[in-house]
Amino acid sequence: MSVSISPGRVRSEFVKKIKELSGETLQLCYQCGMCSGNCPMASNMDLSPRQIIELARLGLEEEIANSKTVWICASCLACTVICPRGFDLSRLMEAIRLLTLRKRIDYVRPEEIPVKERGELPQIAMVSGLRKFSG
Amino acid sequence: MRLAYYPGCTLKTKARNLEEPAIASLEALGFELEEIPRWNCCGAVHSLADDDLIHQVAPVRNLIRVKEQGKDVVVTLCSFCLNTLKRANLLMKDDAEKRNTLNSFMDEEIDYSGEVRVLHLLEVLRDEIGWEALAQEVKFPLRNLKLAPYYGCTLLRPREVAIDSVENPTILREFLKALGATPVEFPESTRCCGSYQIVSSPDSISGYAWDILSSALSHGAEALVLTCPLCDYDLGQGQKELVKRHNGFKGMPLFYFTQLLALALGLDPQVCHFELNRGSPESLLRENGLLP
Amino acid sequence: MSAKKKDKSSAETMVKKEREVSKAKLIPVHIMGKRYDVPEGLTLMKAMEYAGYKFIRGCGCRGGTCGACGTIYRKPGDYRLQVALACQKTIEPDMHITQIPFFPANRAHYEFADLTSAPEEVFKLYPELFRCVACNACTKACPQGIEVMDAVSALKQGNITVAAQIGFECIQCGLCTSRCFGELVQYHMFQLARRIYGARITPRAEHLIEMTKAIDEGRFDNTLEKLRHMSEEELKELYRKREEEPVTAGEDWRPKDKTYL
Repeated sequence: MSVSISPGRVRSEFVKKIKELSGETLQLCYQCGMCSGNCPMASNMDLSPRQIIELARLGLEEEIANSKTVWICASCLACTVICPRGFDLSRLMEAIRLLTLRKRIDYVRPEEIPVKERGELPQIAMVSGLRKFSG
Repeated sequence: MRLAYYPGCTLKTKARNLEEPAIASLEALGFELEEIPRWNCCGAVHSLADDDLIHQVAPVRNLIRVKEQGKDVVVTLCSFCLNTLKRANLLMKDDAEKRNTLNSFMDEEIDYSGEVRVLHLLEVLRDEIGWEALAQEVKFPLRNLKLAPYYGCTLLRPREVAIDSVENPTILREFLKALGATPVEFPESTRCCGSYQIVSSPDSISGYAWDILSSALSHGAEALVLTCPLCDYDLGQGQKELVKRHNGFKGMPLFYFTQLLALALGLDPQVCHFELNRGSPESLLRENGLLP
Repeated sequence: MSAKKKDKSSAETMVKKEREVSKAKLIPVHIMGKRYDVPEGLTLMKAMEYAGYKFIRGCGCRGGTCGACGTIYRKPGDYRLQVALACQKTIEPDMHITQIPFFPANRAHYEFADLTSAPEEVFKLYPELFRCVACNACTKACPQGIEVMDAVSALKQGNITVAAQIGFECIQCGLCTSRCFGELVQYHMFQLARRIYGARITPRAEHLIEMTKAIDEGRFDNTLEKLRHMSEEELKELYRKREEEPVTAGEDWRPKDKTYL
């Protein structure tokens, strides 16, 4: 797989926006991979949490957009508490999700939740699912 | 002693078996939970975006309700609510700019700057009552039932709102010992059950459930002790699939910690609403003489 | 000669009246961005009509009950958008107004006969309920002063009774929905809550059920037959001789003739 990295990409609007939305210093990460190791959802992710940070700060927007990783994240903060550099990866995941959601592209739409589930799911599930996955 | 109480939406309908035994148990211990008036849904999750303030309004409004009552402490049973209320509280305390914006947005409410403390029921049991005192109130010790404490994620993460140590929590262990049960520690007790992924990727939930339940089983647990209604739902739903998929797995009974509290204190089992539990814990209790 | 005189005097009266009307003080209002000078003391609706707008929608009972004329207005120098019913609110100088005559809010389709009293019925029909962020814009937008956010909160908690009670005076104007951050449709949800509350939760009137049964079983058939065969004179006589319940009668009053009880 060939990837093109350039200063232009690193200083792109995408990276600026990610930094703004997350409020995190992307440069903190030294790619140790503790986050990926602690993430309970990692086995279902195509790109690991560690890879997401690296792609994000390199401005590789397309690669991230093609990945389902941020939508598999459950904001459980296992990554956040284990990071030796104090980087809050959950905020990066949210920032990436918001870039899509704020373009009015929902990941979950209320009307697509099966009717039976709407009646059975505890309210915290409905509220949190719609908060994280709909704009 | 009266404590301001924030129930959260789920407890009134889907998790009556978490709330009712809690209220009854606290009454037996001399505490009255006073629901704050006009509370609204806390929003369930904390918004992680720096510029997003609208999603802080819901939890902050509830904290304002507590302040309006002249109370400086509020107790909650729902792990999601605890997490969201506490994190919103910290935001109001620490971030002056956001605090001002939120206060002026909610111009119909009084100003708030983090005056209220948010507590989980387990903290009240540990700090206001104490494990020794609790043990003395126990009328029907739990016959050394091997119970695995399962915390999930929202009670212990992020560090700033954790009710116990993030890496090595002991609060549920102490709780279970006080009730006369045998706590069974297992490595996945703080592993996320999948949370709201039940809405977007319901098929993935059984995999997460297996990671947790198989670990608890292999460490000798007879049942899991839960604190959160979403963990209950996810593990319960996940189990249905696992029973089909894994030969020999008969399902793991799931309890809310408040149900065990009520049982041990000798209250009428009806208040526990075991019929709402997933994984049929009644048979386990009957085998051990804890239910008629 | 007298005819001519009459004409002249009626013409004079007309001119006089016109001058009186034009003495009414005119104040500026801004309707959908354009300024009009209208006589003070008019309602928003009449002011719009005076300005030349003809209502074929967004107008109904003109009595503050039907909810058709929801209007948003703003006073100069104030950023706040306020709400009113156009038929009830009197104009003030320099008001900026616009109407929201119909808001195309989603309304779920359901067979009411199939619904139970469970709160899940609302969750299933309006899953967007869970998008509420408690911003309170709906409450601020309600011309009836209803605590809309509290009612939505009650629905989320599964309390249809409280939601129905809070939303009792809702006139379905749609202003709440037009301002909602989460894109909920409050007034349709309240309507559903009120229907469920009325049909499934409130106690049944036992005496009504009993009486209906009695009627179906024919308790009053004979009486009605008799009446049907009476002449007009006999009916009038019956009416004149009827025993009336005294105004001051208590609950245990019974007529002397108990035949028809």
